[in-house]
Amino acid sequence: MSTDRQKLRIGGGLVDRGKPVTFRFDGRVLKGFAGDTLASALLANGRHLVGRSFKYHRPRGIFAAGVEEPNALVELGAEDRLTPNVQATAQELYEGLQAKSQNRWPSLRFDLMAVNNLFSRFLTAGFYYKTFMWPAGAWEFYEKFIRRAAGMGKGTHLPDPDTYEHVHDHADIAVVGSGPAGLSAALTAAEAGKDVLLIEQDFELGGTLLYEAGEIAGQANADWRRQTIARINGEPKIRVLTRTTAFGYYENNILGCVERVQDHVLTPDPHVPRQRLRHVRAEKVILATGAFERPFVFGNNDLPGILLSSAAEAYVNRYAVLPGEKMVLYTNQESGYRVAASLLERGIRLAAIIDARSPVPTRHHHFAREAGIPLYPAHEVAEAKGGLHLKGLVIRKIGDGLEPRDIRLDCDTLIQSAGWAPVLHLQSQRGIKPVYHAALDSYLPGKCADGQHACAGAAAGYPTSEDAAVHGHKVARYLIGAAKTAPRLYAPKDAPPPSPAPVPLTRAKCFVDLQHDVTRSDIEQGVREGFRSPEHIKRYTTQGMAADQGKTGNINTLKILSQVQDKEQSGVGTTTFRPPYTPLTIGAVAGRSIAGELRPTRLSPFHDCHVRAGAEFITAGDWLRPWYYPGPGEDVTAAYIREAGEVRSGVGMVDVSTLGKIDIQGPDAAEFLNRVYVNGWKTLPVGKARYGLMLRDDGMVMDDGTTWRLGEHHYFMTTTTTGAGAVMRHLEYLLQIDWPELKVHLTSVSDEWGGVAIAGPRSRAVLGSSFPGVDVSTEAIPHMGVLEFDHEGLPVRICRLSFSGELAFEVYTRAGFAGNLWDLLTEGGKPHDLRLYGSEALGALRIEKGHVAGPELDGRTTADDLGLGGMQSTKKAYVGSVLKNREGLIRNDRRQLAGLKPVEGDTPLKAGMLLFEGDGITPKGHGIGHVTSVTYSPELKRHIALALLAEGRERVGTLIRAVDNGGATVIDVKVCSPHFIDPEGERLHA
Amino acid sequence: MLRIDCPFCGLRDETEFTYGGDASRTRPPLDETRAEVWNDYVYQRPNPKGLHSEYWFHQHGCRSWLKITRDMVSHEITAVAYAKDTGE
Repeated sequence: MSTDRQKLRIGGGLVDRGKPVTFRFDGRVLKGFAGDTLASALLANGRHLVGRSFKYHRPRGIFAAGVEEPNALVELGAEDRLTPNVQATAQELYEGLQAKSQNRWPSLRFDLMAVNNLFSRFLTAGFYYKTFMWPAGAWEFYEKFIRRAAGMGKGTHLPDPDTYEHVHDHADIAVVGSGPAGLSAALTAAEAGKDVLLIEQDFELGGTLLYEAGEIAGQANADWRRQTIARINGEPKIRVLTRTTAFGYYENNILGCVERVQDHVLTPDPHVPRQRLRHVRAEKVILATGAFERPFVFGNNDLPGILLSSAAEAYVNRYAVLPGEKMVLYTNQESGYRVAASLLERGIRLAAIIDARSPVPTRHHHFAREAGIPLYPAHEVAEAKGGLHLKGLVIRKIGDGLEPRDIRLDCDTLIQSAGWAPVLHLQSQRGIKPVYHAALDSYLPGKCADGQHACAGAAAGYPTSEDAAVHGHKVARYLIGAAKTAPRLYAPKDAPPPSPAPVPLTRAKCFVDLQHDVTRSDIEQGVREGFRSPEHIKRYTTQGMAADQGKTGNINTLKILSQVQDKEQSGVGTTTFRPPYTPLTIGAVAGRSIAGELRPTRLSPFHDCHVRAGAEFITAGDWLRPWYYPGPGEDVTAAYIREAGEVRSGVGMVDVSTLGKIDIQGPDAAEFLNRVYVNGWKTLPVGKARYGLMLRDDGMVMDDGTTWRLGEHHYFMTTTTTGAGAVMRHLEYLLQIDWPELKVHLTSVSDEWGGVAIAGPRSRAVLGSSFPGVDVSTEAIPHMGVLEFDHEGLPVRICRLSFSGELAFEVYTRAGFAGNLWDLLTEGGKPHDLRLYGSEALGALRIEKGHVAGPELDGRTTADDLGLGGMQSTKKAYVGSVLKNREGLIRNDRRQLAGLKPVEGDTPLKAGMLLFEGDGITPKGHGIGHVTSVTYSPELKRHIALALLAEGRERVGTLIRAVDNGGATVIDVKVCSPHFIDPEGERLHA
Repeated sequence: MLRIDCPFCGLRDETEFTYGGDASRTRPPLDETRAEVWNDYVYQRPNPKGLHSEYWFHQHGCRSWLKITRDMVSHEITAVAYAKDTGE
């Protein structure tokens, strides 16, 4: 069914009647115009009811005309572009837009879940805490039912088809908001020669000037806006970002902004991101963020047809939409009458004005009389009446001592104005508390001590557009240094009497937080139950914790707390706002850092060689490493068992380029190594290497590796792959901060050198064939011997050391020559049947040999725990040498490195299994240790594991149990030495 | 986000740096053998509400350790120096 009739559309406004737009809401085809929001187009078609509420499923309508909207949340788009909880009042209308109402079933007009409303007496503050959190574990059971009954829109599980990007912006002055204050501030700063970034969340510049009646410097608001925008467009110093929300304000004047590049088109251009996250760094920031209008709290104040008076003015003047046929104004201050006059100018006569003040100033009586609008002074709205829409009001005279007499007023729309609340979210994010000003009965910005930012215009309390424009100008002059003193916040000369916020007696629900369905009685109950601070009340009642962060509700909560606790408003305190100001997509936060781009991928200089050799790769930290080289039909298990066997019986080659590598030079290098490693380094001759172990200051093992002495004052250190960055940082710390007297320089060369290990009984033969003319005999290169030479232009560094327990050599070259080295070795290896092995076989070989690696070096193990205690010199001091002897670190019952063999050799173990005594008692608690590394041993033809086990060395030969799945899997294992093969190291010295 | 004015590289984002902890402590001499002294050095930290002296490592820059004075409440950085220069 389609209709062209926009029955509540009126003349004027800023919508483009030349560009009609067709859209769908809940399947129904409707028409609007370019320049509409989804909300204004729905209202033009007579649609007020747009959703059901979060908890009670009460019918809800459009309440505001901007980002403060608590009710009108819709699901936008479909399938993989479905976005839930989009504010209809902030969503620009576009051709083909599809939206659905949320949180209703089966339909919006008839919602079965509205039965919650009848049980509402049970759904009060703290209901979930009291009901479902006991007994322990019950919440897990209830949660899924509760989530279904209460809640917001549903997202999609499909992958996001759009792209997002991050951009960095710089400016002398960033201006947030383009109302009268923002526009004049931007112009003032730019004309003084500053680079200005003007940030506006709307798709049009102007803020309140887009709809508010008023004058600036003798010009009507609308005219001043047009002329100022023309000047801004002609000003090359100003960069304008519309559809861009400053959602976060951080230290050093960094603004987090999200630009909605393509949220207003049906089919996005695939070459342009959907949204941009902009990191704005500004010298100075001007927060011209305006003010939100405050609503009243009365019975059924959530009915569709009840909205803010500023919203009504925006719908009439900007969007040319009549919110209703019979409108009543409820107010307690000046600006309500300004709206009444503004509407009257458009020929819209209110049906009545209800003013809570006593007395009402004479000029308002005059206005009402001349306009022919009945005025009810000193009256309150007790309750609204209606089902799916407002039908009438029950009003009462306030405080005349007589029995209150209900007056019934028929109307279809109530517009309300209970005062203003400056938008202080961004400043509050910086930890600056808003300050209560009794003269304005409102919270104004706190003091910005460092002069890096200022709030301008309505955000500083200024009520009229002219005041705001002047204030914006002054703030800009102050921040650019043209004026010495900071312009003052608004302080009226004749303070108006405080605006009463009546508390009507009614049995109907009086909502404070429309989005989270929190009522006045919930707040009162929270206070009765002992919650005092606004921060506690917020968490207990959930007021202000919805997606709108209580933009329209917070100030009423603070007022209620003041009334109920009988406390001065200034003593009540406030809550703290946190980013984001309005909801943010995860896509914008992630930007391009998704999937494979989440982290940088580091490739070994041999990467292309592995690809050519048909390697399967695995991600290890940032690295992509060859995992195994599959033979025909082989999976990883078959391949690594074969590869490891080939190393033990023949010869294999593995890439070790991922190890951290540090070049150490200087006359004090030996002294430095002697201080950072537990073992002695002063006797290491040139041309030899040594295994070294490093502790942290607290005595725990930090890292291990080998360091080669290349020259008198020149060493080459290797670290573990994962420890590379931390070790470099640690060593630089010691040299730069603690021992600046040592003459040592460090250079990270991890990326400059690439290397392979050649391991196995035939490894020496491979080197001999690859480097003819180089002596690789045991005499020339003994165990831990280092050779450095140039082979036909190829720089080569070789050290005879072993991670596998076999005779082995590490061969390094400059990273740029990696391919040449690889070709040379594979060619030289041909006569000796040189095979390739990957990280999985490398792991199997080191577990068989009992060498520790990442899973054992977990930051909680001492050298002694790892069986390396004997390495620790007793003749010298080194990092960690004192604290390693602390009582808790030398106890006998510490977990020590041990080997495990499952009693049934074909039963695999899993890393992370907990270990328990073999006493048959049901395993309970944390056990006596855990499995760290597991593999199938091709050498022993059985599964084996390394473990950290309490008193592990004493337990060798005993039976214990390895337990998994919370006790469901129990495997009997025998404790043994962690050195499964060749414990004497005979192969190494072959 | 903090922005740190590195004496070698200029004004850079916090993301280029790694925090290195309290800079008011002094490493005991290498031959210090009393566990209490090392315990104080390794574990005891002031947590002032106000100015705090701390080390930052310019990991993705010049790889210098910097000594910075930062207000723990406002995050304002009032001094940045090359750690090796201090005390000389």
